[in-house]
Amino acid sequence: MADVDITSQTMDGMGPHGTKVGLLRVLGPAHVWALGVGIVLVGEYMGWNFAVGKGGAYAALIACWFAGILYSCVAMIDSEVTSTVASAGGQYTQAKHIIGPLMAFNVGLYLVFAYTMLEAANAITAGYLFSVVASMTGHAAELDQRPFIILVIMFLAWLNYRGVLATLTFNLVITAVAFCAIIVLFLSTSGVLGGGIMEHAALFEGHELPYGWIGVLAAMHFGLWYYLGIEGTTQAAEEVRSPARALPFGTLAGIMTLLIAATLTWYVCSGILPWEYLGDGVDGAVAPLFDAARLSGSTALVWLLGFGTLFATLASANGCINDASRAWFAMGRDKYLPGWFGAVHPRYRTPYRAIVFLVPIALIFALGAPLDQVITFSILSGLLGYTFMPLNIIMFRRKWPLETIKRGYEHPFHPIPAITLLTLCGVTFFAVFLGYGTQLVAMIGFYIVVSLWFHFWRYRFVNRGAQFTMPWPKPRGY
Amino acid sequence: MARYQPPKQGKTSQLIDVVVLVVMTIGALFVPLWLNMAGAAKSVTNPATEATWEALGQNAAQAAKYEALGYTPETAHDLILARFDYGFSGMALLTMVAVILLYYFLILRFSEVEYREVISEKFGE
Repeated sequence: MADVDITSQTMDGMGPHGTKVGLLRVLGPAHVWALGVGIVLVGEYMGWNFAVGKGGAYAALIACWFAGILYSCVAMIDSEVTSTVASAGGQYTQAKHIIGPLMAFNVGLYLVFAYTMLEAANAITAGYLFSVVASMTGHAAELDQRPFIILVIMFLAWLNYRGVLATLTFNLVITAVAFCAIIVLFLSTSGVLGGGIMEHAALFEGHELPYGWIGVLAAMHFGLWYYLGIEGTTQAAEEVRSPARALPFGTLAGIMTLLIAATLTWYVCSGILPWEYLGDGVDGAVAPLFDAARLSGSTALVWLLGFGTLFATLASANGCINDASRAWFAMGRDKYLPGWFGAVHPRYRTPYRAIVFLVPIALIFALGAPLDQVITFSILSGLLGYTFMPLNIIMFRRKWPLETIKRGYEHPFHPIPAITLLTLCGVTFFAVFLGYGTQLVAMIGFYIVVSLWFHFWRYRFVNRGAQFTMPWPKPRGY
Repeated sequence: MARYQPPKQGKTSQLIDVVVLVVMTIGALFVPLWLNMAGAAKSVTNPATEATWEALGQNAAQAAKYEALGYTPETAHDLILARFDYGFSGMALLTMVAVILLYYFLILRFSEVEYREVISEKFGE
C-alpha cells in the first residue's frame, strides 16, 4: 500500500495532486449531519408536493416510503464506500477508483448539476417567500423576486468562499430550527398539543387514488425530492477530522431524521390542504408547510414556518454550493476539467474558484427556468447518480473483498440493497418518462455527447496512474 | 509500461473547454423548453357545467379549505379539474430504455478501457 496520510493537516492528503495547501480538516459528525439534512430538508418545505399532484395524497405517501427505501440503500452503500474513500468529490472519487475515469467524469457532472439545480430551486423558493412576506405585511404591488434570488445565491457563495467551518456551523443551526419547526407544527395541528385540525378522511373522500395505480408510479418522480441530496455528505470527506467514523454516522443519522421529517410533513399537509391545491407547486402550494401553518389560524405558527421555510431553503442552497464546488474542484484537481479550478484559497482553505464559477450557472437556472423544470433536472441528475451506486458497490466488493480493505462501515445484506436500489431506480426512470420523457432523453443525450467529448478530447490532459490516489492494493482481476 | 505524459493545456484551450461544457449544459435544459417539448403540462379535459363546489367534486370539508385559502368555485376551477395525461406509446418507452442502456453501455465500456490503463500505470503490468 502507498504510504499516504489521508488525514494530513497540511497537504491535501490524497496523493500527488501537486497542491501544497489542502482543504481544512475541521468538521465533526454533527456537521456531516447538517450538510446532509440541511441540503434535503427543504424538500419537505417545497417540491415533494408535486408527488401529490402526480398521483394524489396516498400515492405521495407510498412514494415517500419507497423513496425512503431507495435512499436508505443509497445511505448504506455510500457509507461503506466513502468510509474508505475519504476525499473531496464523494461519489466522483469513488467512481474514479472503482469503475473508471469516464464514469467518474459523468458522476462528477451528476453531482454538480443535481446540486446547482437544487440551489437554483432553493433561491426561487426564497424569492417567492420574500414576496409572500411582503404581501402579508402590506406591500400592495407585486414584488420583483429577482433581486432576492440573486442576493441569496451571492450571500451564500460568499459564506462558502470564506470557510467551511462557519458555513456548516451556520447550516447546523438553521437546519435544526427548520426541523424543530416541522415537529412543532405536527404537535400543534395533530391534536397532541391542544385541538387538532386534521381532516384526512374528509379531504381524501372521493380522491383516494385519482389516477389509479399509474399515479402511484408517476409520484415516484417527485418522491425523490423528500430525500434528494443526502448523498452529499460524502463531499465533506476531505474536511472531516475522522472520515471513517463521522461520515457513516452523519449520513445514517441524516437519513433517519429525514424519514421522520418526510412522513410528518405528508401527514400534516395532506390532513390540512386539499390534494389538488397541495399537488400544484406552481399555482397552488409553493410552500406547503407554510400554507398548512396559515390555515392553522395561529400567527406564531405562520411566523415559525415562514422562518422554517426560509432557513430550510438557505441551508439547502448553502449545502449545495458546498457540495457542487467540491465536486467541480475535485475534477479540476484531476484535470478532468481545466486545472485552474483545482486551486485552494491560501487563507480560507476553500475551493474558491469552483465556488465563484458556479454562481452565474446557478443564477442562469434560477432566473431563467420554471421551478418544476429545475427540480426535474436536479432529480434526473440525482437519479443517474443513484443508478451508478449499485454498480459501484458490486464492483467495489468484487475488486476489493472485505478482507482486503478495512472499512469504517460495512453495510449488511449485500447485494440486496444494491439490487433494491437498481430496481427502484428503474421504477423512477419510468415515472420520469410519464411526465418528462423529453427532458430525460435530452439529458441523457447531453451526457452521451459530453462523454464522447471527454473520452476523445479532454482525457488527453489527465495523468493516468496519478489519478489513483487511494492507498489500496491492486484490484482483483487486473 | 511507458508512463503517459499529458500535454500542457494553454489558457485559451482551457477557456474553450469550459465554454463548451457550459453551452452544452444550458442547452440540455433550455432547448426542450424553447421547443415547447418540456411536457408535464396539465389540462382541463372535462370542465364543470356549473360553478359550484359540488360540480367540482368537492365535499363540504374540501370546499371549506378552498374558501379558507381564498378561492371561489370560479377561481379554483382549473386548479381542481386539471389533470396529467399519462398516455404513452410503446415505441417511446422502448426508445427511452434503449437510450438509457446505450448510455450506460458506452460509459462502462470506455471506462473499463481507461481504467485498465490507470491500474497498469499505477501498479505496473
